[in-house]
Amino acid sequence: MSAPATNLVTINVDGRDYQVPAGMNLIDALELFGLEIPHYCYHPKLTVAGNCRMCLVETGMPMRDRTTNQFIIEPDGRMKIGWGPKPAVACTTNCTAGLHVRTNTPVVKDCREGVMEFLLVNHPLDCPICDQAGECKLQEFATDYGRGYSRFIEEKNVKPKRTRLGPRVTLDDERCILCSRCVRFCAEIAKDPVLGFIERGSYSTLTCYPGRELDNNYSLNTVDICPVGALTSTDFRFKMRVWFLKPVPSICTESSVGANTEVWSREGKIYRITPRENNAVNDCWMSDSGRELYKQVESPLRIDYFAVNNGKCAPDQALARAAELLKGGGVGYVGSAQSSLEEQFLLGQLVKAAPGPVAFVKHAGKGDGLLISNDATPNLRGAFLTGLVRELPKANLDELRQKVESGAIQTLFVVHEDLAALGFSDALLRRVKIIYLGTHTNLMSEHAQVVLPGLTVFEKSGSFVNQQWRVQRFFQAVPGPAGTAPDIQVLGQLLARVQGESAGGFSPEAIWPQISTVIAPLAGWTWESLGLQGRVLDASSWAHVPFPEGKSLRFDPAAVTAVKAG
Amino acid sequence: MPVQERRIIYRHIDEPGYTIDLACYQRHGGYEVLRKALQRKPEELVQEVKDSALRGRGGAGFPTGMKWGFLDRKSGKPVYLICNADESEPGTYKDRQIIYKDPHQLIEGVVISSFAIQAKQAFIYIRGEMFEGFHILEKAIEEARAANFLGDNILGSGYSVDVVVHRGAGCYICGEETGMIESLEGKRAYPRIKPPYFPAVLGLYNCPTIVNNVETLCQVKHVIDMGGKEFVKIGVPGDSGTHIWGISGHVAKPGYYEIESGKATVRDLVYDLAGGPAAGRTIKAIIPGGVSMKILRMGEKFKVKLPDGSAGEWGVLDIPLDSGSFMQCGTSLGTGGMIVMDDTTDMVEALANLNAFYAHETCGQCTPCREGSLWLKKVTHRVCNGGGRLEDIDLVKNIADQIAGRTICAHGEAAAWPCQSNVPKFRDEWEEKIRAQMQAREHGELAARKGLRLV
Repeated sequence: MSAPATNLVTINVDGRDYQVPAGMNLIDALELFGLEIPHYCYHPKLTVAGNCRMCLVETGMPMRDRTTNQFIIEPDGRMKIGWGPKPAVACTTNCTAGLHVRTNTPVVKDCREGVMEFLLVNHPLDCPICDQAGECKLQEFATDYGRGYSRFIEEKNVKPKRTRLGPRVTLDDERCILCSRCVRFCAEIAKDPVLGFIERGSYSTLTCYPGRELDNNYSLNTVDICPVGALTSTDFRFKMRVWFLKPVPSICTESSVGANTEVWSREGKIYRITPRENNAVNDCWMSDSGRELYKQVESPLRIDYFAVNNGKCAPDQALARAAELLKGGGVGYVGSAQSSLEEQFLLGQLVKAAPGPVAFVKHAGKGDGLLISNDATPNLRGAFLTGLVRELPKANLDELRQKVESGAIQTLFVVHEDLAALGFSDALLRRVKIIYLGTHTNLMSEHAQVVLPGLTVFEKSGSFVNQQWRVQRFFQAVPGPAGTAPDIQVLGQLLARVQGESAGGFSPEAIWPQISTVIAPLAGWTWESLGLQGRVLDASSWAHVPFPEGKSLRFDPAAVTAVKAG
Repeated sequence: MPVQERRIIYRHIDEPGYTIDLACYQRHGGYEVLRKALQRKPEELVQEVKDSALRGRGGAGFPTGMKWGFLDRKSGKPVYLICNADESEPGTYKDRQIIYKDPHQLIEGVVISSFAIQAKQAFIYIRGEMFEGFHILEKAIEEARAANFLGDNILGSGYSVDVVVHRGAGCYICGEETGMIESLEGKRAYPRIKPPYFPAVLGLYNCPTIVNNVETLCQVKHVIDMGGKEFVKIGVPGDSGTHIWGISGHVAKPGYYEIESGKATVRDLVYDLAGGPAAGRTIKAIIPGGVSMKILRMGEKFKVKLPDGSAGEWGVLDIPLDSGSFMQCGTSLGTGGMIVMDDTTDMVEALANLNAFYAHETCGQCTPCREGSLWLKKVTHRVCNGGGRLEDIDLVKNIADQIAGRTICAHGEAAAWPCQSNVPKFRDEWEEKIRAQMQAREHGELAARKGLRLV
C-alpha cells in the first residue's frame, strides 16, 4: 500500500510547531514525533470510541477578529488562541492548520491523574498473578499518572474472574476497563459482532450474544488489543511472565498471506505467537489457527536424526549416501512451498547438478477474505521465482506417478511432502529409492533410504514470498532439536557433495549474493535490505499465472491484474 | 399583589370537562394552528421560531430556532424529528401533564415542527414508566391520523409525516439526546461523542435530526399561533414565553404552576403559589430545576446585574424565575422541577440519595462518570452510615471535580454539580455530622476496650 499524498499542516503542541498530515488523528500524528498521549480505548485500526477519557488535552484555534476576519495578534507578536472551555479528547481531534494543543498543563495533568484514579478504584490490582503484567497500559500509565496511594477505602466491585467467552478466550471481568476495543474489533474487523456490554455503570460486564461464543478464527486478537489483563488467551494463561519471553520476528506459514508475527520463547521453548504490525499485509492482526502452529515443534514424532536404511547414522554418512543416489541418475524431485526462498534456491541448484523433473503438491486452503488465503502454503511464489515450477501445482501427481511406475524415476528426493497421503501406494513407494527431508516421521520417512532432518519455521531463518510477491524475512526463534541442522545447511552440503566441491557455511546471508545475481527481479537486493516489512518484487513475468487467491485484508488480485494490464 | 399564573401550555389542563379526545381538542380550537401553518412556507415558520427567542425546555435551555438552523440541508438525507418525552429528571413532571391530559396539543406541536423542518418522520420517545401515557398518545395519534392531521398529504397540503411512539425501557440516560438516538436505533443508550455526532448533522441513522422536549414542541405551536415577534414579548429578553414550574418537597401546596418567564421570583413561587413551608418550619435550601442543578442555600447572597444594568444583590428568594437570573446566581433553572427542603432535612442524606440515583443511572460508557458516580455514592453512604471521616468532605468535592467537564455527555455534570454545590455550601453540616460520628466511634472503642458493650 503506497502512502497517499497528503497535505501537511502545521500544528502547535506545547509551544512547538509540527508538520503533520492534514486530517490525521492527533494521537497518531504526535506518535510520528515520538510524543505519546496516553490512551486506552483508542486504537488506530478501529473506530473511535472516546470512552476512556485518558487522552484529554487542551485544544484551541487561532482567534479571528469578527469584523476584519484577520487573526488576532497578541502584543508579543503571537497569534491569540481561543482555548476550548473544557479539555477535549485527542482521539476525536483531527489535525487542522493552526490547531494548538497543550499536553503539559495542570488541567491536563489533573485529568490524567483523575482518570487513572477512577480506573483503579474498582480494579483488582492483582498484577502479581496477571498475565498482562509487564505489557499492561494500566501499569504503565499508573506509573506515570498514578497517585502512588489510594484514596479509595470502600469495598471494590466483585465480578467473575474466569468467564469462558469462547474456546480460546477467557475473561477476567474485574480487570476490564470497558474500553470496548474488543467489541469494536469483533464488529469491524472480524465481522462477527458477538461481543457487547450488559448491565450499567460500574457494574457493566462484557459478554457474548446469547447462545453465541467468541469462536471466530480471529478471537485472540481481542486478547492482543486488550489494554489490560481482562481478556486472556486460555492457552497462554498463567504459563509464563512476559518479561522472560524473547520476541523474534517471524512469518505465519498458514497461507500465502504471510502475516507478520512475533514468536515469543524462553529457553528454547515457544510460549505464544502474536501478530507483528505490517500495514501492507496484516495490519496488526493474525488468525487464531496461525498462533497454534508452534505446537508442532515439540513432538515425539520429530525427526532429530540422520538415517540410512532406517538406521540412524552420522550426518556425513547420510549425506554421502544421498549424494550417491542423486548422482546415479533417474532422479525426480518433490519440492515444497513450505521451504524458504533460500532453500528452494538451493534445491534449484541441486536440480541443475542432478537433473530430473520437479513436482510440487497443491495445498488448497479456504480463504476467509482476511488473513487466510486459498493457498495454504507460505511460499509457492518462491518456487516460481527460483524456477522450480513454471505452472501451478496440479491436484494430483499423476505425471510423477507414471514416471515412477514406468521406472523412469528411480530416486525420489522429497522435501517435506507426504506422498503416501497423496495416494502413492506402498508398492509404488517401494519401487523408488526415497531421500526424505522432513520434520516429522511419517510413511515417507519409513520408506526412505535416506532420512535428512528438517526444521520448522521457528527453528531457522529465511524468507518467504507472499501472495503480493512481497519477500519477507523470518528469523530463528528457538534452536532445533539436538541432532538436526537447518534445511539450508543440509541442502547446501548435499549440493556440494553432488557437485564434488567442499561445503562452506550455508546461511541466508551467505546465499543472498548468489540469489540476487541469478534471480532477475531480485537483482541488487540484499538479505538486509528486506527489512522487517519485506520488499515487493516486480512479478510481471508471472502475470499470466492464475493464482488461486481471492481478496484478503490488504490484497486485491483484481487490483494487481488491473495494474499489470495498465 | 400576589403573583398570578399565566397559563398558555396548560391553558386547558385540569379545566372541568376538558378531555383528551380529538373532538374536545378541536372544540377548543385544536389543529387550527396546524391548518394555518401548512399554508405557509417552512422557512417562514423556522424564522418565527428564531424570532420568538424560544429556549428549549428540556433542561439545557438551548435556543430552539438556533438548533433548527444547524440542520444539515446539503447532505440530501432525510430529516427526522424526535420528541423527547423521556422525562426522568427527578423532581420534574411537567411533560407528563401534557401527555396525560392534553396529548393532541403535543401532536399538533410535533406536526407543525415537522413541517417547519421538513421532517420525513417524527418520533415520540416516551419514558417506559409512562405506560398509560403511551396508550393515550397512541390513541390520540390514531384519531389525528383518521382526521388527516398527520399521515399522508396532511389536510391537502402535499406534506406527509407520520409519528411513531417509542417506549424507553426505564433508563435516565435515554433522555440524553444522542443516547436517545442510539436507543431508538435499537442499541444501548450510550451517548455519542460530539464532535462528530451532532444530531443536526449525524443524528438518527446518521441523518440530520432534531431532538426537542415535549414542552418545547408545544411552545412552538403557540409561537406559530401568535407569531415570533408577539411571543418574544412574553417574559423577559433572552427568555421568552412561560415556564412550567413543578414544585415539590417541603411546601404546603406542591404542584405545577405556569408562570411568565422572569415575572415572578422564587419567593412568589414558593410562598405565594406553593404556600411556603409547613408551620414552624423554615426553608433551608432549594434546588431550582431538576436535581442535577446546583443547590441554593437560604441566606446566600448573589452579586448580580439588574435588568436596568445597575449592580444589585439578590437573596435566594429574590431570584426572578428566568434562565438568565438563575445563571447569574451560579445555577440554572433546568427543567423547572423545583425541590424545596426545610430545616428538618439532613443535607448529607439528601446528597447520598442523589448520588445513589446517578450511580444507578450512569450508562458506564466513559470512565469518570462510571467510576466517579459509584464512588461518590459509596462515600456519601458510608458517611450516612456512621463511617464518616473529615477528609471525606474534600474527597467528595474532589471526585466531583474530576468528573465534571471530562465526560462524553452531560450526565457527568449532572452527577457532579449536586456534590460540587452541596459540599461547600453545607460544609458546616458535614463537619458536624462527621465529628459526632467520630466521637461515637471513639466512645464505642473505649467502651469495647473496657469490656463494656454499648446498648
